[in-house]
Amino acid sequence: MFPLLSSLIFFPLVGALLILFLPKKNESLMKWVALAATGAVLVLSILLLTQFNYHNVQMQFVENAVWIPQINAWYFLGVDGLSVALVFLTALLGFIACVASWGIAQRVKEYFVLYLLLMTGMTGTFIALDLFLFYIFWEVVLIPMYFLIGIWGGPRREYAAIKFFLYTLAGSVLMLVAILVTYFTANPHTLNMVELAKVAPAFDFHLQVVLFLAFFVAFAIKVPVFPFHTWLPDAHVEAPTPISVLLAGVLLKMGGYGFFRICFPFFKDAAHYFALPLAVLGVIGIVYGACVAMAQTDFKKMIAYSSVSHMGFVMLGLASLSATGFNGALLEMFNHGVITGGMFLLVGVLYDRAHTRELSQFGGLSANLPVYAFFLTICSLASLGLPGLSGFVGELLSLVGGFGAFPRLTIVATFGLIITAGYFLYMLQRVLLGPLNLNCAKYSDMNGREIFTLVPLVVITVVVGIFPNTVLKFQAAAIQALVSSF
Amino acid sequence: MVKVAHLIPLFPFLAFAVNIFFGRRLREASALISIIACGISAVLSLVVFQGLQAGEGSYSLGTWLFLNGKPLNFGVTVDALSVMMLLVVTVVATLIKIYSVGYMHGDLRYSRYFAYISLFTASMLGLVLADNFVMLYIFWEGVGLCSYLLIAFWFERPAAAKAGLKAFITTRIGDTGLLIGILLLLFSTQTLYFSELKNIAGDDWILTLAAILIFMGAVGKSAQFPLHVWLPDAMEGPTAVSALIHAATMVAAGVYLVARTYALFILHPLCLEIVALIGGISALLAASIATVNNDIKRVLAYSTISQLGLMMLGLGVGGYAAGTFHLMTHAFFKALLFLCAGSVIHSVHTQDIQKMGGLLSKMKVTGATFIIGTLAIAGVPPLSGFWSKDEILTAAWHNGSPVLFWLAVATSFLTAFYMARLIFLVLFGKPRSEMHPSESPKTMTVPLIILAVFAVFAGFIGSPLMHHAFQEFINEGHGGEVVASGFVIGLSIAVSLAGIGLAYLFYVLNNKIVPSGIRAQFAWLHQLLLNKYYIDEIYDAVFVRPCMRFCDFLFKFDAVVVDGLVNGAGAAVRAVSQVLRWVQTGLVQNYLLVQVLGVILFVLTLLGKLCFRF
Amino acid sequence: MIPLGFFIAISAVMFCIGIFGVLTRRNAIAVLMSIELILNAANINLVAFNKYLGTPDGLGQIFALFVIAIAAAASVVGLVLIIAIYRHGKSVFVDEYNLMKW
Repeated sequence: MFPLLSSLIFFPLVGALLILFLPKKNESLMKWVALAATGAVLVLSILLLTQFNYHNVQMQFVENAVWIPQINAWYFLGVDGLSVALVFLTALLGFIACVASWGIAQRVKEYFVLYLLLMTGMTGTFIALDLFLFYIFWEVVLIPMYFLIGIWGGPRREYAAIKFFLYTLAGSVLMLVAILVTYFTANPHTLNMVELAKVAPAFDFHLQVVLFLAFFVAFAIKVPVFPFHTWLPDAHVEAPTPISVLLAGVLLKMGGYGFFRICFPFFKDAAHYFALPLAVLGVIGIVYGACVAMAQTDFKKMIAYSSVSHMGFVMLGLASLSATGFNGALLEMFNHGVITGGMFLLVGVLYDRAHTRELSQFGGLSANLPVYAFFLTICSLASLGLPGLSGFVGELLSLVGGFGAFPRLTIVATFGLIITAGYFLYMLQRVLLGPLNLNCAKYSDMNGREIFTLVPLVVITVVVGIFPNTVLKFQAAAIQALVSSF
Repeated sequence: MVKVAHLIPLFPFLAFAVNIFFGRRLREASALISIIACGISAVLSLVVFQGLQAGEGSYSLGTWLFLNGKPLNFGVTVDALSVMMLLVVTVVATLIKIYSVGYMHGDLRYSRYFAYISLFTASMLGLVLADNFVMLYIFWEGVGLCSYLLIAFWFERPAAAKAGLKAFITTRIGDTGLLIGILLLLFSTQTLYFSELKNIAGDDWILTLAAILIFMGAVGKSAQFPLHVWLPDAMEGPTAVSALIHAATMVAAGVYLVARTYALFILHPLCLEIVALIGGISALLAASIATVNNDIKRVLAYSTISQLGLMMLGLGVGGYAAGTFHLMTHAFFKALLFLCAGSVIHSVHTQDIQKMGGLLSKMKVTGATFIIGTLAIAGVPPLSGFWSKDEILTAAWHNGSPVLFWLAVATSFLTAFYMARLIFLVLFGKPRSEMHPSESPKTMTVPLIILAVFAVFAGFIGSPLMHHAFQEFINEGHGGEVVASGFVIGLSIAVSLAGIGLAYLFYVLNNKIVPSGIRAQFAWLHQLLLNKYYIDEIYDAVFVRPCMRFCDFLFKFDAVVVDGLVNGAGAAVRAVSQVLRWVQTGLVQNYLLVQVLGVILFVLTLLGKLCFRF
Repeated sequence: MIPLGFFIAISAVMFCIGIFGVLTRRNAIAVLMSIELILNAANINLVAFNKYLGTPDGLGQIFALFVIAIAAAASVVGLVLIIAIYRHGKSVFVDEYNLMKW
């Protein structure tokens, strides 16, 4: 059988090696190689989707080989309903962000090598089923990201990159300890995540609580959950556009995926114990993120805080421990990746023209950038949860799930919806509406490449909004199996 | 059995898709596409009406989503209420689109306009056909979006952009209530289908709460007090839009929602009382503001709020048929009035009625239809408004408290007064400024005439002359209506005529009969009304600005406290190392000294251990 | 025959003098000489223990020879460094060189 998952991981890596050996002058060839590698990953991931049997709750496309027998670590890959959509999301955004990277002018070789390495790490995180392997991919993501922000970023790039790196590393270290404890507690010692999901729920309750917290901190920083979110605005604002897209679209999902794959299935008693605090953090995230986004004058920072708000819905759905809530949380992750990826692309389009992100510097762009206005309006509406677009379905399911478990908290969360509508429309008003700002008179509308990057995202947004089952069918069975084990 | 109801919203939606993507190439043809699509929907609505008469009913198209393990369907409701709404929406929308051809002629974004208005029609029809709360909510937000897009259609004007934002946010507040209500209902009754609402038993307080929250959505959408503030500002949109969305159809969606979920309300007297009271307050409040406003569109906007309030009042006092009947007649005459206003604005390029006057002689068709619409809304028999308003008054008289009845009567009086004032100032007397009015083109006047015909005759189907055919239809055969008493009919006619008469005294006989002393005494009231009871200012001071300040505060909190803790952790590590680094003196003998001391300590420890062992 | 204790005593005294010298002398050459004292104290120990307790193959003496050789090498390197540092800073006083602080 063709090793589909391995090729998902190694295609970008081969591309990176190839670029390393290309002559330094030939920058356009490097871009094409990177595009080919990410394109191949996208094609393979679509193949994966078509071959995926969504009635089967077992791991599929499994690849299992001995790796380090001394610690019983295996090269163990596989996907199930929890990860398959995220793998596709990674491949899609990886491809789109690669197209969006066409404008990178300095140190092209290093950029694309690191970019492809990042792709490997992200994809690997979603398909690794061995904790050791998972941890390695998790860390592999960090290093290229550090350089991509720190070299190609904005004015405060070093600060943002170091903050991102240290913050995430602090979480990772806790996770490493937790992995070791889990490994040694399990009898026989194993790092197999499928095995552990069967063994770990039987751990002593107090141990579960400690391990849950350790994993929680690692994932919560990545998501980010409310008090751990401050690296995000800095990193998002300073990162170059394509990297912001991946940061918001994929990296945040790694945290959410960690909850789905490790925290909740492993430590079920602890999950019950912490459901209420998690829901509280989620709701705080929703309202708090929305309020802070409202106060922003920087376009990109506003979108960054909107991510905090949206990921709050993921936490709320997770904390509900119900099938509806889990479905909502997972769908919200997918949708947020698509929509916010699009939003960051749109911010980038504007930044390329204006070299500023201050909202007060724009105005009336609908008049001379109608295509841009169209895309920005759709993405904003999707982001504020307008029914008929994808953002709504995830939020609705999360709210329904959350309401079943925590009615009062969920009512508080709905206030976030009002504020969300407020800041997105206020942003639209300042950017698109009103009299044309004379600074913006000479801006050209989006070019073909920019439109090309956004069309797939908008199409997915609309299709999932109208037919949510296109995504839900992949995850429903796996989530049902997960919930029924609670 | 021909299932075509679900095709009704589809055609306007296709028109939207064609217009939005190919609009620039289509130019003028985009209007034609839009009108034809809407016309097809109107014909299909008639087919569905026929089908309903033949006993056809609701059906489902398949599952959209599973909520808590239960299927949520793409369902289509076919009953009297939805078919009535379908007919009203498609007919009014078609006429208004024809009117728009003339009204929007030469606009920069002509095809965009028709795209949006087609999308609105599709959403509105979808809303009417929805068979469960989630579907309804989806289209509910859809019409809200179209409303936003069309209010801010001339986005170059800052006022229009602001008004769009205000409309969306204000209705969203109501919608959030609706959403919570839906969630409550889902968890207390395990169902979201309208058809199952009748089977809900008991007077659980949760259901009461759910009903009130659902009503909150209606309050936002129908611009009822206290969420009415967006509708007058929404007049920044093109007038044809105001006619369709902010008078005839979308704002009536709130009334429709209450009617659709009437089974839920009827379980709880408290809910009905709240509906009636909010309706009554809105009716009187808006009508009183309308008496002094000088913007032709805003007068009509306040009139809309007031009339919607009357419908709510009608529903709240148990007059299900009365409320829906008034919804229908109001759709026709209010659309007519707005289109007349649009025709006037199109001609004289101002909205200030103080600058108009004497337009009747220059714009005969517009003037005549304007008068018909005014008489209809004022409740002069035998025009449509008379019959439906009479129904509401009757229901209030029989079932409601006296307060509600007199609220309705006072509203009727004020309605007649401000509408008469409007036409006296606009159509009669002498021009008060330099104007060059001329009659509008045929595409605009023909819809006026057709709507005027509806405004005159639509009331008859609910009148005793036709044996209350409408009430029979809407109640689906059961629940006879209370027959109006002579007192109520007499009072209704009297207040209408009194209102018109008073306006005649004030604005045609030119104030001479009112002593200036009395006018001076009522100056404060005039000021209060002119400033709309300062509600906008109060909201701004109590909600908007504190909210913005709170957001700014949170942002500072985020930067200083939350991020401060993070950076503080880093700073703490640095601070500790600042202290520790002094150990590193750089003098090699210091290091050696420490080393020797360490060795000595080690040896001593070892010796100590040995001593203890022996 | 001189008892072993005498050797150990002299070795200990030399070691302490060496330590004292290393810790207190300012002149780098004197520090280097003190280090030689310490090493030689060790050598005395090695040889003495080899004589009194050791095996006939003279392992301790061989070890002492190694120490002498390596100490010579170390002294060479040390002196070279001192010369280099003297050229740089015109001083051989160790307390005047704290370039590696903090």
